Amino acid sequence: MKTIEASNLRKTYGGGVRALDGLSFTVEEGTIFGLLGPNGAGKSTTVKILTTLSRPDGGEARVAGLDVVRNPERVRRSIGVVGQKHGLDPEATGRENLEMQAEIYGLVGSARRERVEQLLERFGLAEAAGRIAKTYSGGMQRRLDVALGLVHQPKVLFLDEPTTGLDPEARVELWREIERLAGEEEMTILLTTHYLEEADRLASRLAIVDRGRIVAEGTPDELKSELRGDTVQVELLESTNGAATAALSHLAGVSELAIDGRLLRARVDNGAAAIPSLITTLERAGLRVASATIARPSLDDVYLRHAGRSFQQAHTNTKEVAA
Amino acid sequence: MTALRHTWQVALRYIRALLRQPAWVGISLTQPVIWLLLFGALFKRTADIPGFSGGSYIEFLTPGVVVMLAMSSAWVGMGFIEDINRGTMDRLLVSPIWRGALNLGSVAQSVLSLVIQSLIVIGLSLAVGAHFHNGIAGVAVLIGVAGLLGAVFASLSNGIAVLARQRETLIGIVTMATLPLTFLSTALMQQSLLPGWIRWAARFNPVNWAAEAGRSAAGPDADWGLIATRAGFLALLLLASAAFATRAFNAYQRSA
Repeated sequence: MKTIEASNLRKTYGGGVRALDGLSFTVEEGTIFGLLGPNGAGKSTTVKILTTLSRPDGGEARVAGLDVVRNPERVRRSIGVVGQKHGLDPEATGRENLEMQAEIYGLVGSARRERVEQLLERFGLAEAAGRIAKTYSGGMQRRLDVALGLVHQPKVLFLDEPTTGLDPEARVELWREIERLAGEEEMTILLTTHYLEEADRLASRLAIVDRGRIVAEGTPDELKSELRGDTVQVELLESTNGAATAALSHLAGVSELAIDGRLLRARVDNGAAAIPSLITTLERAGLRVASATIARPSLDDVYLRHAGRSFQQAHTNTKEVAA
Repeated sequence: MTALRHTWQVALRYIRALLRQPAWVGISLTQPVIWLLLFGALFKRTADIPGFSGGSYIEFLTPGVVVMLAMSSAWVGMGFIEDINRGTMDRLLVSPIWRGALNLGSVAQSVLSLVIQSLIVIGLSLAVGAHFHNGIAGVAVLIGVAGLLGAVFASLSNGIAVLARQRETLIGIVTMATLPLTFLSTALMQQSLLPGWIRWAARFNPVNWAAEAGRSAAGPDADWGLIATRAGFLALLLLASAAFATRAFNAYQRSA
């Protein structure tokens, strides 16, 4: 069964910023689906539309079988949302935060009390339950955010860049929790992230979003195996543009050449065999090599291939579009 | 039932947050005292102007200060802007919370603060010798119309906050509006002593509706017809402004 269906979503913000340009994907029940892309690619806008926070200009979306535009009230009852920003109230205690959320979803009396205590315990917040949330560490605040999204035991959970700003330890801890939600609790989870390793580890399927459209979709392994061979990365002593391209364009077995300042990346069939001739060719063209490395295909390469630029590059070049 | 429970939850949240700020509590409790004593001293001789009827200026001023306190509700939208900026508002908007509760809960908090402040002003005024000629009923009506005015200002403030989403815009609008609205009314000066054009403009000023009704309810010869019409105007305005604040979320959704 398809729990989330987005088809041909379009959204343009004031000022003509096109956030979504015909974005489509579906998510199977009980799986974790990752939307991967740099800031401004359209991930957050997609989540906002699917969670009824924003309306699309065109296209359709269904969550848990309900149309998000025609049935927002019922969609809201079936989803849990952990937004990019903190949703918690920093002036209230952890317990008060959860109590209010429980009341909103119609949990009262002993049902409310039990659920709140259960969540505090499970997210390691029981001891800090009586403290004002703004005194919590970043990891604790994030855990409270997630707990708030789970109060009503939703079937579908949206996590919009859940680990941004967390330290590595807290990040791994949250990853484990997300895996448990999908595993033991059989939730359907839509996760957006700009961390490649996060998408690789958590998502059973993922889609790469660039400039408001999906440019590639599949399991992490499928996406990676689309790429034959290895990636070679060469660092030059001085920055170059035309010279390196000209020198290497004639070399057999080299494809998808990309140059960014002193950094040169290319795809080759066999990295170990290609490096000597690569270096010789470059030096012959008067370009001195500082270092050379070989890497197995990563999601970054997948991204580079489909979005036409490296992830890091897209990340720093794209300005955040309306968060 | 659900609507009421949600409204209470939102109100409770704001009330708790304010009570946890001792500075805010301290300022809110002393501000009315300062206003009453300062304005009372500044305009004391007003009572000597030929044509000024009634007792002391403090007695005249008290309903005016209560109404001015109600205007402070215009700042309530700052809380909304903070909620929007930090993501709390989005968390509430993706939940099945009744949309009206977001505004009404915040209105309830500001009206509650107003009632407490008003009681302080009235108590102090009594202590320095003012009379409230219609007893508790008169005082209740005074606080009631001030509460209506405060709720109108709070709703407008929340609606503007949702649309503008910027502190500066709200600060600008509130600063620009409150002083003229105060002076184009009988809050500080008896109607017969106002210049003709101000008297004319005051007829359309909600602040003046509350001031007239509140003062009449506290004064020696209450005009219940006037009180009822002014309270009615304020109630209608409240309906419109609360609808505006709640509908502002639709525009927020379109641009989100």
